[in-house]
Amino acid sequence: MSEQAITIKNLTKKYEDKLALDNLTLQVNRGELFGLLGPNGAGKTTAISIMCGLIKPTSGTAQIKGYDTQKDAQKVKELIGVCIQETAIYPYLTGKENLELFGNLYCLNKKTIKERSTMLLSKMGLTEDAKRLTAKYSGGMKRRLSLALALIHDPEIAFLDEPTVAMDPQSRHAVWDFIKEQNTKGKTIILTTHYMEEAEQLCNRVGIIDHGKLIALGTPKELIAKNHVKNLEEVFIQLTGRNMREEV
Amino acid sequence: MKTQRIFALTKKELKKTVREPAALFMIFLFPVVFVLAFGLSFGGVGGGQTVTYQVGIVDLSNSQWSETFTDSLSNVTMLKVTAYGDNQTVQTDLSQGKIQAAIIVPESFSESITSYYAAPEDSSKWVNATVALYLDKGSMVATQAIPPIIQQVLNGITDQNQPAHQSPIQLQTASLEVKQVSAFDYFAPGMFTFASVFMIMIVAQSFTGDRENGMMKRIRISPTTPTEFMASQVTSYLIIALIQCAIMFGMVYALGFRPNIGLPDYAFAFILVLVFSLSNVGFGLITASIAKTSGAATGLSFLFLLPQMFLGTFVGASLSGAAEVAGKAVPSYYVTNALTSLFLRGAAITSPTVLIDFAVVLGSCIGILAVGIVIYAKYYKV
Repeated sequence: MSEQAITIKNLTKKYEDKLALDNLTLQVNRGELFGLLGPNGAGKTTAISIMCGLIKPTSGTAQIKGYDTQKDAQKVKELIGVCIQETAIYPYLTGKENLELFGNLYCLNKKTIKERSTMLLSKMGLTEDAKRLTAKYSGGMKRRLSLALALIHDPEIAFLDEPTVAMDPQSRHAVWDFIKEQNTKGKTIILTTHYMEEAEQLCNRVGIIDHGKLIALGTPKELIAKNHVKNLEEVFIQLTGRNMREEV
Repeated sequence: MKTQRIFALTKKELKKTVREPAALFMIFLFPVVFVLAFGLSFGGVGGGQTVTYQVGIVDLSNSQWSETFTDSLSNVTMLKVTAYGDNQTVQTDLSQGKIQAAIIVPESFSESITSYYAAPEDSSKWVNATVALYLDKGSMVATQAIPPIIQQVLNGITDQNQPAHQSPIQLQTASLEVKQVSAFDYFAPGMFTFASVFMIMIVAQSFTGDRENGMMKRIRISPTTPTEFMASQVTSYLIIALIQCAIMFGMVYALGFRPNIGLPDYAFAFILVLVFSLSNVGFGLITASIAKTSGAATGLSFLFLLPQMFLGTFVGASLSGAAEVAGKAVPSYYVTNALTSLFLRGAAITSPTVLIDFAVVLGSCIGILAVGIVIYAKYYKV
């Protein structure tokens, strides 16, 4: 069994004449909370989409716990949970029904679905609204439910693509606590975020990606020290020449 | 293939139909309101138009007078007369909609006319005879237009100047033996088809909507296989079609449509409409493959919906001959035709016309659904 949760080798993805990923090589260890940072269009979502088996790379390979994301896509899908960038939930179902549906898609038994749903709704502060149609949820509530859907099957590896965007500070901190808790339980988490403070607080290690290339890799402290700056945001500006939030 | 996934997605899709006002209206309420309005408006009213009618004649008299009668019928521009050798053949063609009327000239026809001309003023010396006229009960226009034409031709053979058109020849119309058929009865078979074609729009909107809001992506990330996903969609729309079909049968029955057929005929009609509904799911998938947004899907769905509606449902009954020919290119035409044969013409399930129509509907359903699934899966990798 592979010690690495994720192994990416020479991954390249071209969209007609645009190079979205340029020979990306990266490894994420088991139990790591890894931050994938970069400005808009840097290639973060493309990398995650390949790792989830949603799109095929032009060349190179991506493996999840030793399973190739293309050849063993079905196995990979059972191992991972993905909170996609879009707030994708069924508006005509209640929060609880959304969770039950995805629990069934992962073939969990009734008891597990009930237990996991109750726990996730509680952690996301949605217990009181569990039986309301999600069409009536606020933007922040939808984002929290979207995160809960990604984790209903208690995946070993979770990809969280901008999980706290559009959340109020209180909700964001609650989600941070939850992500930390998951990581403490040994889950591997790959987080993309525009909030440098979030990455600095949560991530064991970060990779900065720009124009499809990995331009920096290390712990936040290592990168800050190496670039002789005060925080991760300054590291980002120094390396990319851009302020991340301006891109949002 | 995991049934747990298929069941969960099917349940989700059914909840969507019930909870989304637009889908609920288009699939269930619109057909109900439409049938109700149509039934109340036209339940007892007839209407008509002028076309050429195919008439079959069986000459049992085989005499000069019966030849004169046949020639006179042939001279009527609205009629195209074909001679038949026996009653059974002409009845078969009538039940399959190949002709709109069948005339049986009795053996005593010549004797009756001769007796009339021997004593035109003394009806006691006439030999009475009855010309039987069988009509296509599936054609509202034919049942109303043909009897007066035949009667007029018969009057012409005897003395037209008789003040009260007294004649030893009586025209007996077979359809008069059954209950009076209303305009609603004529249109009822097409209503089932009419309601079902809206499935195209609902399916197209549903798939494009799920793509737009990222749900399709979310499903693709889960271990749900394309086969499980498509199976759940087809199952859910089959259930929706089943409910829609039951509601439609209930509605038209409640409004007085009571064809004189047995339970197997009803069951067959039900299956026919269900198969047709599945072909509309296929059209919906094709539309969803072409359309980028749910708004575009609504518009594009009319490309499939309108021809089916105008050429193949009850709307097509009042169109030109050219439109009727064009109608043969859409599945709805065969559904309406088969239902008309069953409900109104009295054709058996095993009759060639019904079986051929069913085969066309089934074949087109399999083809359209397969094309829809393949195209959708190819472009969107469900």
